[in-house]
Amino acid sequence: MKIDSRLRAVELTFERGGRRILDSIAVQFASGSVTAVLGPNGAGKSTLLGCMVGLLRPSHGAVDLDETPLVSLAADERARRIAFLPQIAEISWPVDVATLVALGRIPFRHRASDAENEAAVRRAMQATRTTQWSQRTVTSLSGGERARVLLARVLAGESDWILADEPFVGLDPAHQFEAADLLRSLATQGHGVVLTIHDLALAARIADRVVVLHHGRIVADGTPEAALTPPTLREVYGIDAQWVARERGTPLIAIHGRHAG
Amino acid sequence: MTTRRWIMPSLLTLVLLLAIASIVVGRIVLGWNVWLDQDAIGRTILLELRLPRALLGIVIGGALGLSGAALQGYLRNPLADPGTLGVSSMAAFGAVLSIFFGFADLHPWILPLSGVGGAIAGMAALFLLAGMAASALTLVLSGVILSAIAVAGIALVLSLSPSPWAAGEIVRWLLGALADRSLDDLIISTPLIVIGAALILTSRQALDALTLGEIGARSLGIDLGRAQWLLAGGVGLVVGASVAVSGIIGFVGLVVPHLLRPLLGAKPSSLLVPSAAGGAALVLAGDVVVRLLPGGSEVQLGVVMSLIGAPFFFALLYSMRRQVT
Repeated sequence: MKIDSRLRAVELTFERGGRRILDSIAVQFASGSVTAVLGPNGAGKSTLLGCMVGLLRPSHGAVDLDETPLVSLAADERARRIAFLPQIAEISWPVDVATLVALGRIPFRHRASDAENEAAVRRAMQATRTTQWSQRTVTSLSGGERARVLLARVLAGESDWILADEPFVGLDPAHQFEAADLLRSLATQGHGVVLTIHDLALAARIADRVVVLHHGRIVADGTPEAALTPPTLREVYGIDAQWVARERGTPLIAIHGRHAG
Repeated sequence: MTTRRWIMPSLLTLVLLLAIASIVVGRIVLGWNVWLDQDAIGRTILLELRLPRALLGIVIGGALGLSGAALQGYLRNPLADPGTLGVSSMAAFGAVLSIFFGFADLHPWILPLSGVGGAIAGMAALFLLAGMAASALTLVLSGVILSAIAVAGIALVLSLSPSPWAAGEIVRWLLGALADRSLDDLIISTPLIVIGAALILTSRQALDALTLGEIGARSLGIDLGRAQWLLAGGVGLVVGASVAVSGIIGFVGLVVPHLLRPLLGAKPSSLLVPSAAGGAALVLAGDVVVRLLPGGSEVQLGVVMSLIGAPFFFALLYSMRRQVT
């Protein structure tokens, strides 16, 4: 099944408490690729993702999924098309791993048979290599293990779109790469992947495209090397950094430190 | 997983055995041949007293167990229970008010519906005070506030009433019992409890989704506003209708889901129906115990439940104290 989908923000503005967090954002994401949204703390990354998954209602403008306004989709339908991995991993009860991953099938409760749901859960657990923990309680897992389980929960929906807010926080480098490669492979299979990320090197490794947010506006948009230019990095983060080489297809960035002056 | 399959049949068997015990045990022990004998007193005791009492034990215990499991799931807090959160006290206040103003005499449905009104008001106040993701501390304090208001209100209203038995009435409402209830009480309260239980069960997917927090649940397409209404209505009906009949029987909804969680897993939806069965078993057992205790008059069931439940609450709060502070 080939996924061909567009997720688009039009004149997207989001205000809260008199403060403009997103300011007329216009951006379109395409399935089959990984887009990384970068920017300093408070730039509006999480808010943008919240609007794109339909959890936050924009003050002005709209988000369209394949020309259909997101707000006009039923919540179930929206959840079947777009899966969201929140930044703060809340797990309220010590349920076992299989039960937690199966929560990802809730939007399909009236749509798919038990066998289909179980098969999707099994595939998600295989992809994240979490099958061996299926009977363990989530609370007994380490932070990294738990992050993989939560990712499996998101994959279980087998949705066209996966939007993840800071999916690599708290993971050691090996697990970061593992999760990054998994999201990468999902994009290769045709899913649309959008994530927020702080690590410039990891963004360059995983993303086809980088969107840089600053004060609620898009200040750069392109391939990692094209978007994260030294002037942009200086303006947005106040750091001196530059691309030094490509190694096995992955661009490498050297960060020299905070920009002086 | 194989052990889990046995839990529900075991609970139902337990409920059946305890219901039989509840019918047989009392100041007069009924024999198996009560049907065959032309023993009019025995039959009257069976049909007018013991049978309604056993059935009420099942219905009210089930109601309290179910509402405890639902509240714990929704508030994502194992300390939640209609008793500890003050919802039961508010239900009793509502019922007492309808008696005081004489509305309860107008129609047999008014008393239970006033209980439901009180319970729903309690749920609304709880949502206002504590919200969804309340800390254990906020939740417990909200319960303290609601209970204080309701208990003071009940005491005030009953003290102002001309009844010479006002003090006894206060105790009767605050420490509930199943004694001296009739088949009519059962017939009026059961439909309300069944409707409430259906509303609660409709929200089970929302309860499961809330395992991932509010944002997680909403991203799974769950309408939390709807879930909140379903639960306020469902718990209100279930608790209000049962308190209007039996008075406040606390801690059932606290203890039962907590005991079942290690056996059945912590998934909120899978605890709902078993907690109803467990609640029925606990209330039936407590109601048999009050009849077996020595002494001139029967101890109120609410006393026994609080004696079991309050130390349990203490232990639970103690084990959670790091999160609470």
